[in-house]
Amino acid sequence: MPNSVPKLIVRKTRWWNSKWFDVLQLFVFMVGLVWVTFNGANQMGYNWQWYRIPQYFYEIIDGDFYFGPLIEGLFVTMEITAYSIFITLMVGLTTAMLRMSNSLSGRLLAWLYLEIVRNTPLLVQMFVFYFVLGPIVNLDRFWVGVLCISLFEGSFASEIIRAGILSVVKGQWEASYSVGLAQTDTYRYVVLPQAVPLMLPPLTGVIINLIKHSAIVSVIAVFDLTTQALDLIAETFMSFEIWLTVAGIYLVMTITLSVLVSFLERWVRQRS
Amino acid sequence: MPDNAISTETIIQIERVSKWFGDFQVLQDIDLTVRHGERVVVCGPSGSGKSTLIRCINRLEEHQSGRIVVDGNELDYNTKHIHKVRCEVGMVFQQFNLFPHLTVLENCTLGPMRVRGLTKKEAKSQAMEYLERVRIPEQAHKHPSALSGGQQQRVAIARSLCMEPRIMLFDEPTSALDPEMIKEVLDVMIDLAETGMTMICVTHEMGFARTVAHQMVFMDEGRIVENAAPEQFFSNPKNERTKLFLSQILSH
Ligand SMILES: Nc1ncnc2c1ncn2[C@@H]1O[C@H](COP(=O)(O)OP(=O)(O)O)[C@@H](O)[C@H]1O
Ligand SMILES: [Mg+2]
Repeated sequence: MPNSVPKLIVRKTRWWNSKWFDVLQLFVFMVGLVWVTFNGANQMGYNWQWYRIPQYFYEIIDGDFYFGPLIEGLFVTMEITAYSIFITLMVGLTTAMLRMSNSLSGRLLAWLYLEIVRNTPLLVQMFVFYFVLGPIVNLDRFWVGVLCISLFEGSFASEIIRAGILSVVKGQWEASYSVGLAQTDTYRYVVLPQAVPLMLPPLTGVIINLIKHSAIVSVIAVFDLTTQALDLIAETFMSFEIWLTVAGIYLVMTITLSVLVSFLERWVRQRS
Repeated sequence: MPDNAISTETIIQIERVSKWFGDFQVLQDIDLTVRHGERVVVCGPSGSGKSTLIRCINRLEEHQSGRIVVDGNELDYNTKHIHKVRCEVGMVFQQFNLFPHLTVLENCTLGPMRVRGLTKKEAKSQAMEYLERVRIPEQAHKHPSALSGGQQQRVAIARSLCMEPRIMLFDEPTSALDPEMIKEVLDVMIDLAETGMTMICVTHEMGFARTVAHQMVFMDEGRIVENAAPEQFFSNPKNERTKLFLSQILSH
């Protein structure tokens, strides 16, 4: 079992060590949390209107099916995520290679990028992209959002990719060079196939962050899930129901992704 | 065996080569000429620069002064020359360095397909030929980790041969092996020697050296201190350090 931490052996299984008691504890905690929330809301006189939420997912008007604003926002968020994952990985790989290259200017460029991106707030980066870079290179707000998020997450991806590549021992590079493979082929056929399985778990973390951080595009009015939620609340004042629903949607997205990646990992491990 | 024909044509020319790691000089004014078909055995105490010297021949290390010319290609900053040399020079490492994520067969076909442009089918049938020559065709579809050390090293030899090199370099190919596996690797190397391959072997297997070497090289502290035909090298070494080294190693 390479996946689990060695556990202390508990000789006698007492009832409070049982799995069921464990689950019961969690259940009691969750019920308590929900009760505190609703009780508090009732005391401040909040008028729960959950029945109005489904129409923001979909509506059927005169027999025709329409997606509601939440689902449309979800699609935009997913679109941003899909482009950003690709660009993040490209930026991460390029930066990692530049940092490990022999070229002084390449290493300097990578260092400069990492320092700037890591040491300024993401929110400020978004504004710089939107108000400064956007008009200069004539990018629309969707792509401003995608690029900004990709460059931000790319800095984390590059560290992970670099560590993965460096974990492949020197002898592998030398063997590859000695059979005449060029550097790009060495990366492609020898180094990355060994490094990628190690990178997958931490890169999943980056991608989950990317999904969460994508909410920030609402500050430049891209109609993603968060922006749709803000607009709905402005119209309906149902802030509790809508924020809870939106948090739930993000949760479903990130958990689905984690599950998919764990299947992918298992597949990669089985193949090698 | 050493008297099978060596041509007069020089295939590796090393002239006044020096190399430093920081302030430490690993190679000092090395001169060595290897002719086509010649087999050179390099020995010497650990840390004397043997590995560094042969790694300079395919540019895994870069020399800082002097000249190295391999089959007409000078090793300089021209990456085309380096590439050409690496295609003509095969190398076998002490730690085998097989690609662990590929099968034995894939280890042998990667270079030929990517570098020599063979089709998958051609590369496979050629790989099987060489795996037969190193006597493990039945392991072709296994991963290296399923093989013993001796088998892995023979695969590494086959992988190099699949590039059809004109020169083979061996860096202590049996030093990481259990004693009972040394012979199977040496036997494959002796077979290879019989085909007339140009070989440079760093090894302390003196029995092997006596059998195959045309030229014995003894290194100490970054210099070649003795360079002689094996008969003379073993029976009448000139240098005191060579004598000491041989007496130590042959007493085992
Ligand atoms: N990459 C390196 N950086 C610094 N010193 C090195 C490096 N490689 C080898 N050396 C040093 O150079 C000397 C010669 O090494 P090597 O050629 O491996 O010797 P040998 O193969 O004869 O044992 C040793 O002292 C070793 O520590
Ligand atoms: Mg060595």
